[in-house]
Amino acid sequence: MSGKRVLTGKYFMMGNTACAEGAIAAGCELAAGYPITPATEIANRLAERLPQVGGVFLQMEDEISSIAAIIGASWTGKKVMTATSGPGISLMLENIGFAVGVETPCVIVNVQRGAPTTGMPTAGVTGDMVQAKRGSHGDYEIIALCPASPQEMFDHTVLAFNYAENYRTPVFVLSDAFVGHMREEVVIPEPERIQTVYRKIPEAGADPRKIKGFLDEDVAAMPIFGRGFKAHVTSSCHNEYGQRNLSDLEALDNFVRRLSNKILKHKDEIVLVEKDYEGAEIVLVSYGAVSRAAAMAAVLARKEGIPVGTLRLITVWPFPGEEIEKMARKAKNVIVLENNLGQLFPYIKAEAAPYAEVSFQPPSIIGQIHDPEAILKKIREVEK
Amino acid sequence: MSETIHPLHRFFRPSVTSTTNCPGCGNGIVVQAILQAIDDLGMDLDDFIFVTGIGCAAWIPSPLFNADVLHTTHGRPIAFALGIKMGLPGKKVMVTSGDGDLAAIGGNHLIHNARRNVEMVVICLNNSIYGMTGGQAGPTTPMGLKTTSTPYGTYESPFDISQLVIAAGASFVARWTTFHPRQLTASIKKAIQKKGFSFIEVITQCPVQFGKKTGAGSAVQMMREYKERAISVKEAAKLSEEERAKRIVVGELLDKAKPEMVEEIEKIKKIAARETP
Repeated sequence: MSGKRVLTGKYFMMGNTACAEGAIAAGCELAAGYPITPATEIANRLAERLPQVGGVFLQMEDEISSIAAIIGASWTGKKVMTATSGPGISLMLENIGFAVGVETPCVIVNVQRGAPTTGMPTAGVTGDMVQAKRGSHGDYEIIALCPASPQEMFDHTVLAFNYAENYRTPVFVLSDAFVGHMREEVVIPEPERIQTVYRKIPEAGADPRKIKGFLDEDVAAMPIFGRGFKAHVTSSCHNEYGQRNLSDLEALDNFVRRLSNKILKHKDEIVLVEKDYEGAEIVLVSYGAVSRAAAMAAVLARKEGIPVGTLRLITVWPFPGEEIEKMARKAKNVIVLENNLGQLFPYIKAEAAPYAEVSFQPPSIIGQIHDPEAILKKIREVEK
Repeated sequence: MSETIHPLHRFFRPSVTSTTNCPGCGNGIVVQAILQAIDDLGMDLDDFIFVTGIGCAAWIPSPLFNADVLHTTHGRPIAFALGIKMGLPGKKVMVTSGDGDLAAIGGNHLIHNARRNVEMVVICLNNSIYGMTGGQAGPTTPMGLKTTSTPYGTYESPFDISQLVIAAGASFVARWTTFHPRQLTASIKKAIQKKGFSFIEVITQCPVQFGKKTGAGSAVQMMREYKERAISVKEAAKLSEEERAKRIVVGELLDKAKPEMVEEIEKIKKIAARETP
């Protein structure tokens, strides 16, 4: 291979392109996908760049096989990803649950678009926020990050790979058509300044019968294929050795709880927020592209002498409830801003309502990103 | 008393002490054929990654074979297997699953990977029924047959899966029945060594869900019927289409050389590296 993994430099770059570059900088070796607006540029860039660095991009027959192929490749020890939009995620959900169940590191980028159903492909609407957490059947935890700029499409994709490897789990990058198609300055650092991690694997020569490859709340070493670990990997209820058990409810309880606890136990390491609400009575809570409008509205409000702060969720899953509570204890009013009809609002309200008045503000037209002036109007109403 | 141990028993996962197969199931014959083929070739289970879907046939290597095994979602094993082959091109990837898994819910992955001609061995145990869920009709159930989901008889034409895979672009396709274990073993050996997508259809008995419900009878009766209906590719060519439809055409249906996907990807990587500024 002669291509460079890390294209160090300063660029005027599209968010989707930055996402692909972040993946390759993080060590992605295989990606599979199916064309879909508004995520296609990620696949196009990966198709061009991955072979240059010795990797593979597979264009699959559908999104079901895309996620299946990357899970298969992850079990061979490769860092893997797929990128799609809402309709593609809907098709992937069964296998996303599979990846959770057998603890497979992989990165799933959802460049969200106008929905439901085929909706409006080029509109940026964050309508899949809860789907990422609850779309596949059963109880499980997932990790999801919400970038707000092309720079963060790079940064968060690197972070998503690191979380996937650290916690042996699928990680979502929940972008949208705005952020994916936005062009802005993107700075790609020197390779040595990009932190990357790789999953733990059992020691070479380990006795296959003694390898506990699953269900460790502190993340089991992954018995990847081809190393003589003789891994039995089944998404059906299993124990820490991977042995299937379809009859004992205690085994099911153990399976469900340990998978979830693996993420929840490390929530403090996973949850990232940006907060600027010191001394604020009114706090705007938002994520993704909307957080840009929220920041602007806060500036405008402060100019008018209204003490307004912001809390931006970078990690939305696992849900940063503790951060919401911490904020709400100091605020009088919490305004939740989302570019949808209120997907995370019930979760935020549940944490904040004991301490503050909580209200929801969608954009005047769904898919339009809030006008900071409209947010300001809402702030003035709330202040009265 | 000295213990007699089957020479292929060493391929079994030590923790497995029982089988989930019903009495008379054809799975055991295929287990033996696969392991015998691997043994005959002087290979080890560590040379393989086994991938399965959902259904009785998917339980052949899972958890029985003492190897890396990925037991996947319904219909998708070939798609998972593609990713595994890309990650470990030096290993042999073998998929075992049923006709419902591979030709109904997973039909798209079957034809597309045959088209890609990616090197893997897919063994399809065709029992013409959904066994695990209690005998529902599938895309391979003969027309007119009464099953639990077609109490008045099926009203759809079945697939000829082998012909489907040939048309889609595979390299090697063979069909045998559980009455032909030696021939089956020989074809599995060829399939393992083939550079390309190899597909083996095994017509197999499900005496519990097919035999009882359709009146085909016991495992022995069903296998006896396979023996009587089986006809070689060469002999079948002499029959009219109508006569041929009543028989089970067995043998190697396709064996040809064509570009294999893993090798083609390696060429692409070289081109990409050359064109990188």
